[in-house]
Amino acid sequence: MNSTVIGRKLTKAANLPQLLKRLIGAGQQVLAPVRQGERVSFMPATDFSAVDLDYVQSVCSAKEAVFPRHEMMMKFTLTGKDVDMKPVELTAKPTVLFGVHPCDAASFTTLRALFTWDSPDEYFETKLDHLTVIGLSCAMGDSYCFCTSLGSGPGDTRGSDILLTRLGGGQILVEVLTEKGRALVASMAELFTAANGQKKDDHLAKIARRFDGEKVKAQLPERFNQVDLWREQSMRCIGCGACAYVCPTCSCFDIQDERQRNSGERLRCWDSCGFRLFTLHASGHNPRTMQSERWRQRVMHKFSYQPQRLDVWGCVGCGRCSRGCPVDMNLGEHLQQLAEL
Amino acid sequence: MEQLQQMARELLERQQVQVIIGYEAGSEANRRRAVFVRRAEDVSRLIFDDACRQNLATYLLKPEVLVLGKIGMVVRRNTLRSLMQYAVENQLADERVIAIGIGEEGGPRLLPNFAAVEEYLAQLPRGPSAAEKAELKKMEQLVMEQRWAFWREEFDRCIKCYACRAACPLCYCNRCITEVNQPQWIPVASDALGNLEWNVIRAMHLAGRCIGCGSCADACPQGIRIDLLNGLLAREAQQQFAAEPGYGQRKDYALAVFKPDDKEEFIR
Amino acid sequence: MSEFEPKIIAFVCNWCTYAGADLTGTSRIKYSSNVRIIRLPCTGRIDFMLILQAFGQGADGIIVSGCHPGDCHYTAGNYHARRRWMLFRRLMDFVGVDLRRVHFSWVSAAEGAKWAELVNQVVDEVRTLGPYKAFPQRFHENGFPVQLTVAN
Repeated sequence: MNSTVIGRKLTKAANLPQLLKRLIGAGQQVLAPVRQGERVSFMPATDFSAVDLDYVQSVCSAKEAVFPRHEMMMKFTLTGKDVDMKPVELTAKPTVLFGVHPCDAASFTTLRALFTWDSPDEYFETKLDHLTVIGLSCAMGDSYCFCTSLGSGPGDTRGSDILLTRLGGGQILVEVLTEKGRALVASMAELFTAANGQKKDDHLAKIARRFDGEKVKAQLPERFNQVDLWREQSMRCIGCGACAYVCPTCSCFDIQDERQRNSGERLRCWDSCGFRLFTLHASGHNPRTMQSERWRQRVMHKFSYQPQRLDVWGCVGCGRCSRGCPVDMNLGEHLQQLAEL
Repeated sequence: MEQLQQMARELLERQQVQVIIGYEAGSEANRRRAVFVRRAEDVSRLIFDDACRQNLATYLLKPEVLVLGKIGMVVRRNTLRSLMQYAVENQLADERVIAIGIGEEGGPRLLPNFAAVEEYLAQLPRGPSAAEKAELKKMEQLVMEQRWAFWREEFDRCIKCYACRAACPLCYCNRCITEVNQPQWIPVASDALGNLEWNVIRAMHLAGRCIGCGSCADACPQGIRIDLLNGLLAREAQQQFAAEPGYGQRKDYALAVFKPDDKEEFIR
Repeated sequence: MSEFEPKIIAFVCNWCTYAGADLTGTSRIKYSSNVRIIRLPCTGRIDFMLILQAFGQGADGIIVSGCHPGDCHYTAGNYHARRRWMLFRRLMDFVGVDLRRVHFSWVSAAEGAKWAELVNQVVDEVRTLGPYKAFPQRFHENGFPVQLTVAN
């Protein structure tokens, strides 16, 4: 599942502050992992000293760079029976996502597949067009990581424009993967030197393969009606949206009009299939009345429907949902259980 | 722990309960999770220690749990108070749950009905811990602008996942105020105002009812200190109206009753 | 630019304060025109969120007023309201809302002069405080910025 490498360079860890400075100097907004206590979040960084590259995983994913938690779609004014609709100007700040792990980078592939599969989603695409992804291979993982079970891994190049891998001794391997990445490297060529056959494999985290994703995918359609299975798995689920909101590939949203007398704005905000309200009809009927049905939907969507229809996993194995779950619903563990049935 | 497991086994074997809701080992060494034990041979999964923090009372109103039959539940002090508050708010019938009381005060001991729970709670120390009191004091010593800045930063992180609501036993409304949308009452966007209003209204709707288990803050993936809001209101409700929710079955929810001589100093 | 004129929203009950404000008018007492009165059936109906909602839509100051204790048209609505305010005011203070902008009062139907005095005092006080710029607004003039959580 790797992208083609179109260039290989070397740089030094000591060059990274300079790289960040140059990006900001070129008018880019840089989003980088910043640590606050135990939490790491992607935040606008203006100085390298705030950046923490020795993190396992941020609490929230980097999808907010292209799919913010709330977004204005248009404004409207009502005059008598006329409605005047003003679209919002589709501009995005040129942004560099610096130091995201391969799972987060890969999530953009999934998001792109979803947001562009029929009619283009301009709100999403405008931001994606203005986004450059500087990935960082994982040097460490934890028990929640399961990227390798879905055919990816700690050095996966998919979704990154440039992928950095720390080789030890302050050396960093730079894999250039897209034209965007090539242009970026060319714009600060003095920070890079030619690579000569350095291998990254020894410097990657060892992420154990916990289950065979393909097997889970193949078996899911026949598991749909195994009501007891889903009920047992989701017994302790309390139906909040934490898993979906921290997930890098969850893309459900809710469109809402906020109105004030005769004018207002249309917003789209994150939503989650874990909420009871998600499927509640205006009639009062709810096709998914139980949390077990909502949990099943979450698993089916990510590991059966999306792979079937869009040819991408609806999950990158980052494990955020499981780290962030208030009741320890461990997705990797549940998938492993499905694979071992 | 062996005593706990033995008690659970007997309850299941004698068919006094159909399920024991307790704690088991979680994903990591320091994590615990809820477990639903329905067979006597599975009681060895039950554990109890200080890391078992989740308020299990939340599960009592879940549709999947309601159909399981009579419930045995491993409860610590805060969960017991939730059960009593359920009683006050008519959410739970007496003897629906056989509580297995356990915690820093000892146990396990069987508490088969509300009267037994009430009697047991009456013997335990009340009020917030010294650390909780100190934290509130520390916040209050800040000047207004500092408090505002602190909460703006806290609420900025809110993603409106409603984990706080889902984890709270007393947030059981079938239709939450956030879902009232004709007109939209709480702003939908998870922006500065939407997050401020959501967190404030959540705390206010629990004022005088919250029993202070802290499950809301434990559940928050973003680590927002919403328990401080609840703690402040619990303290105020106690000081101003002598409210001590979750200790008795008397229906005297602080904001549903009043005294003609309630004292305030701010109404002109 | 002219001097800052504060926007004051007053949430009042129908039976006492609204009638009191009416009396202010019929008594030809002049008072500040900065106040916009919103009439509700009872102080018991004045949801605490109305205060934040008003700030979120541009109010610089707020007055909440109703019948004196013992005078409620519905017997006890104002007693319930008082308890609610007693807690809500503490919570607002705790999160750093500027309490100098939120005023509670009892104004009866006979207290036209008290209403005028109250409004004038609140307007003067909020005028010295200036516009409530710190409070976030519900509607977004310039859309949302494309960015993640604000870094400190």
